[in-house]
Amino acid sequence: MSDERTLDLLEAKIEELRHLDATDGIDLAKEIERLEAKLEDLRQELYANLNDWERVKLARHPKRPHALDYINVVFNDFYELHGDRIDGDDRALVTGLARLGNHPVVVLGQQKGRSTEENKQRFFGMTRPQGYRKARRAMLLAERFGFPVITLIDTPGAYPGLESEEANIGGAIAESLLTMSGLRVPIVAVVIGEGGSGGALAIGLADRVLMLENAVYTVISPESAAVILWKDKERMKEAAEALNLTADRLLDLGLVDAVIPEPLGGAHKDIDQTASALEDELVRQLTELAKLEPAKLVEERYRRYRSVGRYRDATEDG
Amino acid sequence: MPIFKDKEYLRVDLDREPDESLWMKCKSCGELVFKRRVRENNNTCPSCGEYFFLTAVERIELLVDDASFEEITKPITADDPLGFSDRKSYPERVAEAQAKTGLSDAIVIGRAAIMGVPVVLGVMDFRFIGGSMGSVVGEQICHGIETAIEERCPFILVSSSGGARVQEGLFSLYQMAKTVAVRATLAEAGLPFISVMTYPTTGGVQASIASLGDVIIAERGALIGFAGRRVIRSAMTQELPSHFQSDAFAFEHGAIDRVVGRDGMRDELSLLLGFFVEAP
Repeated sequence: MSDERTLDLLEAKIEELRHLDATDGIDLAKEIERLEAKLEDLRQELYANLNDWERVKLARHPKRPHALDYINVVFNDFYELHGDRIDGDDRALVTGLARLGNHPVVVLGQQKGRSTEENKQRFFGMTRPQGYRKARRAMLLAERFGFPVITLIDTPGAYPGLESEEANIGGAIAESLLTMSGLRVPIVAVVIGEGGSGGALAIGLADRVLMLENAVYTVISPESAAVILWKDKERMKEAAEALNLTADRLLDLGLVDAVIPEPLGGAHKDIDQTASALEDELVRQLTELAKLEPAKLVEERYRRYRSVGRYRDATEDG
Repeated sequence: MPIFKDKEYLRVDLDREPDESLWMKCKSCGELVFKRRVRENNNTCPSCGEYFFLTAVERIELLVDDASFEEITKPITADDPLGFSDRKSYPERVAEAQAKTGLSDAIVIGRAAIMGVPVVLGVMDFRFIGGSMGSVVGEQICHGIETAIEERCPFILVSSSGGARVQEGLFSLYQMAKTVAVRATLAEAGLPFISVMTYPTTGGVQASIASLGDVIIAERGALIGFAGRRVIRSAMTQELPSHFQSDAFAFEHGAIDRVVGRDGMRDELSLLLGFFVEAP
């Protein structure tokens, strides 16, 4: 987004003036105020009416907070667990024990890297079979001790590669879904960035599905949809619109339960504010879910997924 | 002998030559073969043994006892919840697929007997938008499983699907969760689920219901995997083995129990069902 650079420059300028104001004793309050108003206007203009493709780019923004950024702010005492006990430890999916307030929980998150080096380790947040099997292990641990499960979804998709297929990634996703469908503790899933297809859903079968305002959740990436359906890789903008992948649209369609607000310009503009909104919503949802007996919880989760889908009665057709 | 009583189903040969001749060229060995021989041979090339697609109805004919099939596919049809349109509108695509196949969507569900053992059978049809799973296919699979539970009989699903149906967006993705959740109730009821994977069983179908069979059998020549070869090639610069995502690959890596030829599938299912159900 080229306009975003303008905003960044303006922001830096204001910061500079503030610094001068404080250190040199020059009264710049009026000028700062004027620039701040202008910044706000520009932000409104740029972000209030993002199209869906711009939203996709925001969801993938290099500065966007990742799972661990939230985990470290929202939760206390994060104690990471490693390994699937079979084949390795997938760094693209982190999990561990943590406290939300004072309550022990199990948290899982798909973790993208920030640097090239880190992305090499984290496979750009693309989960491998070892990651889904680690997730399943962590969820079963949560069930044994009655801890709620919170999953943070942020992946372009499951890792597409030879090793993944050799280790039956499809089977690993299916097993994760099966485990979640019967898990006797509350599950809240939050799409914090990219919800990429089956690789995202694999940790997304939950009692409540939430999305950050600028997150996207889709059956296929707009780029792949453009190639497959439009036969033209440049038409991802149209594909993004057609896929209905934004949080507000998915809320309207009844496919997610709540949208968590982000600061104007995206979560990275103020991670504390975003994390605090996330925490409030998690506490709210988990407080409600805690009232349900395990059997009732599983039954309601079942009902939720049993009824998902839209079709027409064929006998109505002329 | 017809397997359906009151319905006429259109037979469409996927590999039909443009000139509608009596002969077709096998895409595998290149031989010109007599079409009628191919049909009589369960859509298998008489020259090299390569399998051609079976429609859902042909597949059912191949697997179940004569005159035992009673279709219970729910009378529902695809909606267009997203108002989806690419080069064609979604309702247009569905209407075309319906006209081409004579099916309401990409799956047929029914009660049947396999060598005398009653089962509920679901068979996917790849000709219908690539056998993709949208809301209708998801609902039909659940309906099949629930009927099996009501009637205390095994459920068999023959998959032939590229994955989730893109045109229904997240509704399609959620069908993975839906079918898996309902599959769990079959296990709770103590009833077996046999998953038969054919060419192709990939994407969201492989990553959900199809991979959760108590026993998973692949038809020889099946394509089994999650991400497509093209996706993997474009994302990763990786050499892929020649048998990548083949039946042999899935077997070698432990994703399936057995690989069975088309001609032997009915006997195989019968043999397997015998462990779970006493023949009448």
